[in-house]
Amino acid sequence: MLNFSRWAVVGILLPLVVGILCAVPSFLPDSVVTQLPRSMQTRVNLGLDLSGGSHLLLEASTQDVAKQRLANMEEQVRTELRRGQPRIAIGDISSRDGKLSFMVREPSQVDAAVERIRPLTQGAGLTGQRDFNVEVVNSSTIVITPTNAGIDNAVKSAMQVATEVIRKRIDEMGTREPTIQQQGDNRIVVQVPGLQNPKALKDLLRQTAKLEFKLVDTTANPAEVAQGRAPVGSEVLPYPDNPSGVPMIAVKRQVMVSGEELADAQQGYDQRTNAPVVNIRFNGAGGRKFGQVTSQNVNRPFAMILDGRVLSAPNINEPILGGSAQISGNFTVETANQLAIALRSGNLPVDLTVVEERTVGPQLGADSIRAGLVASLVAVVAVAVFMFASYGRFGMYANLAVAINVLVILGVMGILGATLTLPGIAGFVLTIGTAVDANVLIYERIREERRRGRGVVQAIEHGYKEASRTIFEANVTHAIAGGIMLALGSGPVKGFAIVLLIGIATSVFTAVTFTRLLVSRWVRAKRPTEIVI
Amino acid sequence: MKLLKLVPDNTNIGFVKLRHWAFGLTALLTVLAVGATFYKGLNLGVDFVGGLMIEAKFQQPPQMDKVRTVVDRLGVGDGSLQQFGDPRTVQIRLPLPEQGGAGAANAIVEKARRAMTAEFPGVAFSRYDTVSGKVSGELIQNGILAVMLAVVGIAIFSWFRYEWQFGVSTFVAIMHDVLMTLGFFAITQLEFDLNIVAAVLTIVGYSINDKMVIDDRIRENMRKYRKMDMKSLIDLSVNETLPRTVMTSVTVLLALGALLLLGGHVLRGFTAAMMLGIVVGTYSSVYVSSSLLITLGLTPQTSEKKASKGGGLAAQAERMGPRDGAQP
Repeated sequence: MLNFSRWAVVGILLPLVVGILCAVPSFLPDSVVTQLPRSMQTRVNLGLDLSGGSHLLLEASTQDVAKQRLANMEEQVRTELRRGQPRIAIGDISSRDGKLSFMVREPSQVDAAVERIRPLTQGAGLTGQRDFNVEVVNSSTIVITPTNAGIDNAVKSAMQVATEVIRKRIDEMGTREPTIQQQGDNRIVVQVPGLQNPKALKDLLRQTAKLEFKLVDTTANPAEVAQGRAPVGSEVLPYPDNPSGVPMIAVKRQVMVSGEELADAQQGYDQRTNAPVVNIRFNGAGGRKFGQVTSQNVNRPFAMILDGRVLSAPNINEPILGGSAQISGNFTVETANQLAIALRSGNLPVDLTVVEERTVGPQLGADSIRAGLVASLVAVVAVAVFMFASYGRFGMYANLAVAINVLVILGVMGILGATLTLPGIAGFVLTIGTAVDANVLIYERIREERRRGRGVVQAIEHGYKEASRTIFEANVTHAIAGGIMLALGSGPVKGFAIVLLIGIATSVFTAVTFTRLLVSRWVRAKRPTEIVI
Repeated sequence: MKLLKLVPDNTNIGFVKLRHWAFGLTALLTVLAVGATFYKGLNLGVDFVGGLMIEAKFQQPPQMDKVRTVVDRLGVGDGSLQQFGDPRTVQIRLPLPEQGGAGAANAIVEKARRAMTAEFPGVAFSRYDTVSGKVSGELIQNGILAVMLAVVGIAIFSWFRYEWQFGVSTFVAIMHDVLMTLGFFAITQLEFDLNIVAAVLTIVGYSINDKMVIDDRIRENMRKYRKMDMKSLIDLSVNETLPRTVMTSVTVLLALGALLLLGGHVLRGFTAAMMLGIVVGTYSSVYVSSSLLITLGLTPQTSEKKASKGGGLAAQAERMGPRDGAQP
């Protein structure tokens, strides 16, 4: 039991040395660490509560996705049946209870209508289900019902796109090391260290940034528009900055060009008024379309619509053929810049609301780190003194094991890229306290065995063997609690659980195996007949 | 060199004899804790009730009345104030507006910042949390689920590993620890937030650790001294492990004491909860869970029956047993 082969010694010391080496980068300044090769940048990340910064939990409304999908379907059905050949007249279009229903005016065309609508639906999931069910009710009414699989699919893809869009937008803000992760079905976690005022971030995330250009319906009766009524084929949209004073305007439903056909967007200034604007450039197809529409509609106004609100409605003075345009509105430099970023990163397929927000100022974070360090040091010293007073030489072995253990935990966290949070520091301090528990168990057992009259070597062997079993068992149950924390806990609790779990694993190794090595070397070198323990 | 021994050698305290007193006292305290929790309620943080929490750091210790006036003047609903950590730090809690979501919460923070700066120049908001009702509901559910799973999971582990009596006694003792911690938070009205759930789970983990050590010794002695009656056997086991129990509790309390005094105000409630939990957990290991084994009718014979059934981990432990006994 006390004899270690050369290989066993290497096997014990090597992981400890590696662990300690991996802990080193965490203590070096940024400038040094970035010089190191990538594989050696094993650094513990600081959680937001230590580094300061913002944590946002965004939630997409699945109902919203479903609603939007239905609206898209309605648009597709209208286009297909009214514009396609032969035309099929429909009426009584309504989308209630999450279903779309309409009447086919000519009963003989019902079957043809269904034939034309079917291809608009798509497969969803692996079961061969479609994303919409199409059925005929009362011989002339067609009802289109979205299936659950279809909605799930739509939410899933919307969330993927949304996560990507958010990542692009945050990257454009130039913040360092943001974390953007999808959580559950319809949530996204955004963590931006070092960000002090998340207002700009939230404003940016809230913009759906759906940009459309539509022609203004000049035939609409202003009195009717003010009451929200528009002629057929047009719709009334809010226009807060309308020079006429009425905050509404009627525009044609048909989209001239949309934001998806943008190649670039930059904040700039209007050449005449010097007001902040957003300069946009269309891609090839978008530019051609825009040129065509503007050529056909010279001297008519068109509306620039962002997220369903009209920003401005200038006159087309001449055809715009270069594929570039300027969006003006009531912008400040900041809002213009935000819009430019949002337009560049594409539009969010769904509205996101912030359901949880935590912001920690950098000062508090720094205070917490300092307090945590001081507390950890004092804890180590207090425990070390106590252990030495209680177990003498053996206590020092335990102390050495604890010191190494602390470094190895940091090293393992660095390797795993784990995050150290404020509760994580508490986990550290607690680990210091419990790590010596294994040694206490062993040493108390050795004391007992000595009292029973066993010889030194036998007592030590017995102490380690008997106690190891108990230590293993006690730590398994401890790990159960830690594992549950890791699985179910959020944020701070997780940070605590990670340190606790790593600490349980490493402390068994350092406190049992490593100290046994130290004790055995001493016993073999000195061959003591009496030990002070 | 004279070494420190907190528990003298050959200590022999009749814990089992005291068990009726201990049970009575434990039951009384637990009822008090549960009563306090129901009667006074927990001071739940925004994590669990939703809302807006702002921690403001002032240049000088502010007059609370004045801060309250400023908060009331915001007109965003009933706020509550609390000194937090040092006298210069004040925690302000406000309800979250029903409508408007994040934008509205932002507006409130900005409004509060302006109003505070006007009245107290140099004030800084060192952190603020906004949690919507929906998320806080989930956090509460997860928290309760986590604690229940931990307690039940561990009880099942010790039931499979040993006899059912160990499972039950562990379960009872740990429930006692959890309830006492809740009672502590109800009485002190310290804020109960997400971190405290971590503290409770740690208490569960620590307490089980403690009980495992004693249970393990009871099992070992049951094999060693087959003829000994259960009461003396448990007394022997508890006394044998007492030095370790005390040593470990003291080291952990030393470490946590450093954290409580020096670790900063954010962790104070967390640390206080754990220190209390360590004390309560140690008490329940020594006085409650071991003595409960007798009440539950554990005898050396029940242990042998399980051992002969064998299987898995238990069989391995059994193989170690006789060999130890054979050695001089």
